This record gives sequence, C-alpha cells and structure tokens, in this order.
Amino acid sequence: MRVRLLDIAHARSGDKGDIANVGLIALEDKWYPVLVRYVTRERVAEHFAKVIKGTVERFELPNLFALNFLLYGALGGGGTVTLRTDAQAKVYSSALLRLVIEVPDAEARALGLPEYRA
Amino acid sequence: MSKLVRIAAGQGFWGDWLEAPRRQVEGGPVDYLMLDYLAEVTMSILQKQKQRDPLAGYARDFITQMEGVLPAVLDDRRVRVVANAGGVNPLGCADALLETARGAAHHEKLRVGVVTGDDLLPRIDELIAAGHEMAHMETGAPLSSVRDRVLSANAYVGAAPIIEALARGANVVVTGRCTDTALILAPLMHEFQWPVNDWDRLASGIVAGHIVECGAQSTGGNCAYDWSTIPDLENIGFPIVEVAEDGSFVVTKHPGTGGRVDVHGVTEQLVYEMGDPKQYFTPDVIADFTTIKLAADGKDRVRVSNVHGTPPTDMLKISIAYRDGYKAVGTLVYAWPDALAKAKEADRIIRARLAKLGLEFELIYTEFVGATATHGPLATIPDELPEVQLRIGVRGNDRKAIERFTREIAPLVLTGPPHVTGYAGGRPKVEEVVAYWPALVDKSVIAPSVSILTT
Repeated sequence: MRVRLLDIAHARSGDKGDIANVGLIALEDKWYPVLVRYVTRERVAEHFAKVIKGTVERFELPNLFALNFLLYGALGGGGTVTLRTDAQAKVYSSALLRLVIEVPDAEARALGLPEYRA
Repeated sequence: MSKLVRIAAGQGFWGDWLEAPRRQVEGGPVDYLMLDYLAEVTMSILQKQKQRDPLAGYARDFITQMEGVLPAVLDDRRVRVVANAGGVNPLGCADALLETARGAAHHEKLRVGVVTGDDLLPRIDELIAAGHEMAHMETGAPLSSVRDRVLSANAYVGAAPIIEALARGANVVVTGRCTDTALILAPLMHEFQWPVNDWDRLASGIVAGHIVECGAQSTGGNCAYDWSTIPDLENIGFPIVEVAEDGSFVVTKHPGTGGRVDVHGVTEQLVYEMGDPKQYFTPDVIADFTTIKLAADGKDRVRVSNVHGTPPTDMLKISIAYRDGYKAVGTLVYAWPDALAKAKEADRIIRARLAKLGLEFELIYTEFVGATATHGPLATIPDELPEVQLRIGVRGNDRKAIERFTREIAPLVLTGPPHVTGYAGGRPKVEEVVAYWPALVDKSVIAPSVSILTT
C-alpha cells in the first residue's frame, strides 16, 4: 500500500549553518515503527537528491515517536549567504511530508494506515 | 505544596510580537520573564550599529517593551527579567533601561545585573597569537583565513554569570551573547540551588529553555499538527514553564489566551533545530533528548520529565560573523496565461544579457514563486497557474557587477514577455553578505563578569 507521510506524520524543520534539520513525528504513536522501518536515511536521501548537495543523517527518538533528519548542504551556503526564499529551512518539513512510502498491505491494514491514491 | 518556579517566555527573536512581554506579566502570576532577542544574524547587525554609534549595539525593542513590564518588576509582583537584549553593548543597554526607568514608580528598587565578557572582537588577534585557531566547525579552516573581514565574534556563555547577578539581587539581568537556554536554566539554578554537577536537573532546565526559547512556537504558533483547529491565534499566549525542585516541569500558557499547548505541539518544538538528540551541547550540561517523557496534564498543559544529562566539554561555542561579498534579489510577476513559461523566458533573457555584459557572479539563482520556490523539483505543478513570480538573485564579490544586475530587472517590463507586473518596489537593493563562522574555544579564555547598576 502506498502511504504519504503527510497522512501519518507531522514535522517541523530548522537550520544550523548549511544544514537543515527535519523532525518527523508520527500522528499516532502506533505508527512510529512504520516511520522507523520505511523512512530510512536512504529513502530520505533519495527524496531530496535533487534538492540538497550533501548527505542525510537520521536519529531516532522513540520516546517522542519521532525521527530527526539532518540534511547537509541544504541551504545554498546557509541562512544569510543563501539566495533561497526558504533561507532557514522552515519548509523542508512539509517537503518531507510529500514522501510516499510503500508499506506491505497486511501491515498497513493492521495499523489502519490511510492509503494514498494519486 | 512544594515550591514551583514559573518562568514566562516573551520573545522568540528580535522582531517577535511586541505585545508579548507585557501580556506575559499581566496575564497571571509569573516569577520570571525571559526574553530572547539574539539570532546569529542579529549580532553582526548590532556590531555594525555600534561601529556607527558607540551608544548603540543592543536590542532597542527591549527598552520599549520594558516600559510595559517594569511595573511588574517594581511593585509587589516582583517579577524578575532575564534578557539577552544587551547584544554587543550590554552596558549601553542597561544605561538606556535605567534612563527609561527613572520615570517609573519605585524605580529605586531596580537593580540591573549586566553580564559582559562574551565579546571577543577586541581579543581575536590576542587569541590567535596565543594559539587558539578557532577553526570553522564544518570546514576546519583556521579563522586567520578571514580575519580581516570579521565583523563580530561572541562566545556563547552559560548560566553562571546570570546566577551570580540574581544572587547579588538583580531584578533585571541583561546579557550579551549567551546560550538561549541559559536564560531559563540560570533562574532555576538560582531558585533551587541546584548543584552545578546535578546533570539531570541541569539538563531539565536546558530542555525547558529549548521548549520556550522560540516563544509561541510551543503554544500553537507555526505548528503543523492539525494547524487549522488551533484556536484564537490572534490572541496567542506565549509559553510558561512551571518547574518543580526535581527539575520536572509543565509547559502551559496564561488562561484566556489563544493557541494550544499539547503533546504534539511540544514535540514539534523539541525536535526544532535538533542535531544529535542524545547530545544537545551547552556550556552547562549535555542534555539527552531521547529519555524525555511527555504527558498531557489537562487543558493546555504538558508535563515534561525524565531528562538526563552528562557533563559538558571544556570548550565553548563561539559565533563569528564576517563579510563575504554582496547579493541582490529582484522579482517580477507574470500573469496567466502561460505564467510559468513567461517567467522562465524572462529568466533566460536576464541571464543572457548578464553573460553578454561579461559580468561574473559566484551564483545566479532563480526561483519561480508559485511553482518551485519552496519545494523545488518535489512540487507537482498544475497546468494552469494564475500567476508566477520570477525571483532571481545573484551573489559575488564584485559589488559593481551586483549593482549592474539590479539594473537588469525593470527593463524586462518593456523588453520581455507580456503580462508582467509587480515591479513597483523599484530596483533591488545591493546587500552585504554576512557569513557565519561557528568555532570552539577553550572555556578558560572566557571570563564573564557581572556588575549591578541602579538608578
């Protein structure tokens, strides 16, 4: 089943130098393992491949049902240097929520994940 | 009931809601008001202002806002204020505050604690000569490579000098650059007399600081979770932490204010500007965000507990700002039909003209606002857009080239694709680029000092 992150998570993002951080939080606690399993470092790196210059790092916060991603080379040089509208990575959060993951049907149904049809 | 310390946050950055500090002291009982004014970019702006006027270099808003707050400081409410409004001139800030306060009732009770010692600008050469490389934390380059372009240099000082000021009876503490979180941790350490090596409780104070340092971002502002149901944002309440002696605390806001405090919103703020969640570095303690427990505690209340901390390192973070060339950004708006195609053609024309002029830029960067500006290639673009804004920027060291670029936007109105508007703002402004140089320095070279001033 195809599942869009917007439908199972929320997010907030910010900047540090040329790095964007995106905190991704499960909308329901029981969906956190889905984020851990399918929103991998590699998957996120692939999602942002044409947007960022560097690599992606992932950290787990099981206590908050959240993942934290660091996107390197994400801001065209950083807050004050960049020519980007989103100089401080404020909307990388919703850019990540565009990601559509593939979850095995049985697992998705057991967890009541909403299917993404588009 | 055991003692609780209530700390209200009233500014998340310089330029935040002007009403918030006064609302925080008038909306209900609080013991402390913390005001955070300093983003990285702010320090260099303030340093430039101070170069033009030695009396400037601090957050002027603070003085205006304190007019509404001072009654709560000086009357029986005895609210104490901790603010990093001093910027690069904490003493000048304190003088301005005292001047303003002289007209207030009971002004003789005002004791302004001033924290100085974070400003390293006058000491850079001395430090480099003494072998402190202050290498860039990401690139490893030594500071000497940009030495002649440095505008400001400040160390992120921890809680200790603020605690000293409070212990010496200050009811308003004005600092220069310190960690945002120290503005919360220090009053807690002062009130509860937490030992400086009680890592878990210190880490709790840091987490409390992290949650409230961005103002209303923890009370429903900029909150993605179910955003459209967050009530009464026009009347949003800024955050308050009610901290117990064991370090656990509740995040809340004044009754009758707008916004929302819930576990989802507080979680969003916890992960904001997060690096490795196991190691949130501060000069006072390293906080671990992976043990924190959040629990709903009634309407607009979230309980935070179980924070762990470990000892800090021997290094302090310093933030250096330096001149790094110039930039300018110009915009034009293209209307339906074919809005995006026309904006793209205009972009091509400008680039071709710039190339023909032989101008060199480090970067020419184009966005199509309404189509690609926020999510770039990740966005799906509908066939028919009602309008698109062409936003084209250049950056480089040659100021003349940047200035010439600013003359290439308006001509498109008569020499490019049709249905163009939105040029009334005039020619783009050339801006100096201020870049950041994050570095570490031995803690031992920074010795903050505290003075207490009265009217």
